[in-house]
Amino acid sequence: MAALRTIEAAEITAAVARLCGEADIELPQDVRRALEQARDQEESPVGREVLARLIENADIARRERLPICQDCGLAVVFVDLGQEVHIRGGSLEEAINAGVRQGYQDYYLRKSVCHPFTRANTGDNTPAVIHTRIVPGDRLHLWVVPKGGGSENMSRVFLLTPAVGLEGVKQKVVETVEAAGPNPCPPIILGVAVGGTFEQAAVRAKRTLLRELGSANPDPEAAALEAELLELVNRTGIGPAGLGGRVTCLGVFVDIHPCHIASLPLAVNIQCHAARHKEVVL
Amino acid sequence: MSQPVRLTPPLSDEQVAALTAGDRVLISGTIYTGRDAAHKRMVEALDRGEDPPFELAGAVIYYVGPSPPPPGRVIGAAGPTTSYRMDPYAPTLIARGLKAMIGKGKRGEEVKKAMQEHKAVYLAAIGGAGALMARCIKQAEVIAYPDLGPEAVRRLVVEDMPLIVVNDVRGGDLYQEGRRRYQR
Ligand code: SF4
Repeated sequence: MAALRTIEAAEITAAVARLCGEADIELPQDVRRALEQARDQEESPVGREVLARLIENADIARRERLPICQDCGLAVVFVDLGQEVHIRGGSLEEAINAGVRQGYQDYYLRKSVCHPFTRANTGDNTPAVIHTRIVPGDRLHLWVVPKGGGSENMSRVFLLTPAVGLEGVKQKVVETVEAAGPNPCPPIILGVAVGGTFEQAAVRAKRTLLRELGSANPDPEAAALEAELLELVNRTGIGPAGLGGRVTCLGVFVDIHPCHIASLPLAVNIQCHAARHKEVVL
Repeated sequence: MSQPVRLTPPLSDEQVAALTAGDRVLISGTIYTGRDAAHKRMVEALDRGEDPPFELAGAVIYYVGPSPPPPGRVIGAAGPTTSYRMDPYAPTLIARGLKAMIGKGKRGEEVKKAMQEHKAVYLAAIGGAGALMARCIKQAEVIAYPDLGPEAVRRLVVEDMPLIVVNDVRGGDLYQEGRRRYQR
């Protein structure tokens, strides 16, 4: 039997704290590049100005160590835990939540988690939303994805009738973007999952948001749908900040998965241009 | 694009009526912050016959819940939040003299009607440009509901805050007009 590799819970906490801060302050380079491209392509003068200001905003945030956006998000954490890893000194979940608590404090991030009815703030941005997979190997891979409320509120899950097929899926994606309009801070990124079950579609849609903008999808069927959806969504005219323009969406990520013979689940996770995610391998 | 209109609150009916959807605006002076939780309390206070935490006549409200100020700063990131959550409360405040709301995203029909009836406008700030917007904020002070944390009501002193008119007093709506122009 292979020896277990030990990772200290404190190490996980420190990594998560740092990732929270860096994610909220440093816009990923792929997103910045996509915003630059969008600015050069946009036909609307107001749209171009919005995009230029978003790039400026990202640069100010990075330089002055301020969050890109005041909505520093609910901390969504994806974990790929190698099955040969042994965590010592506390539970994985506690270690992650301690990291969120510390990161949101140390980096002056907004705490945006509350009780659903009383709306009383938990005060430290916990609990995090944690999605864990057990994978081969002796590594621990962590991704921190702070998710803002504005774009999350515009996301949708549909349990479609199989008869609507591919056309029905495309129509629902476009309808979701049109209904959202200016609310989720366009230009947006779309995470689309087709298949699976009710809950799996939503998680898979969110997981696609870890991909790099412009990266090729290895599944040719999904890649074709990505290109087509991007074209359709950018015909809506919503544009940067919803003020009208050609660039409504910077990229579409599609994940297609088998589902029940009676079902056609579709999840559309809308991500705003503040597409924050940071990862580390321990 | 035309030159931006410079405005300093409190705003008059005439100043507000002169604005058209699509106009660019630069606001300098005193404005107030509020999100849904603060709006709920303000409207409840008004219903009980109490005074609001600030003078509503001519006032400008910015829908924002800033991030905490790092040491040496007056405020953290401070971009707009999505406005529809304030829709249930906005008509009451507009009827009491509120002249401008700053946020992002679409407004409901009731709010648009109230804007036309009582002369008020809805201005968009760029959603997600929190670090950039913080630069226009020169002073910030919590004046009501401190227990709401980021959602407390703050008095802000701003300088050249860049905005764009979305809804004017004649029913103009930039979100609809802008989209129509670029739709294919
Ligand atoms: S939708 Fe995104 S960019 Fe817009 S306010 Fe929310 S977190 Fe910020």
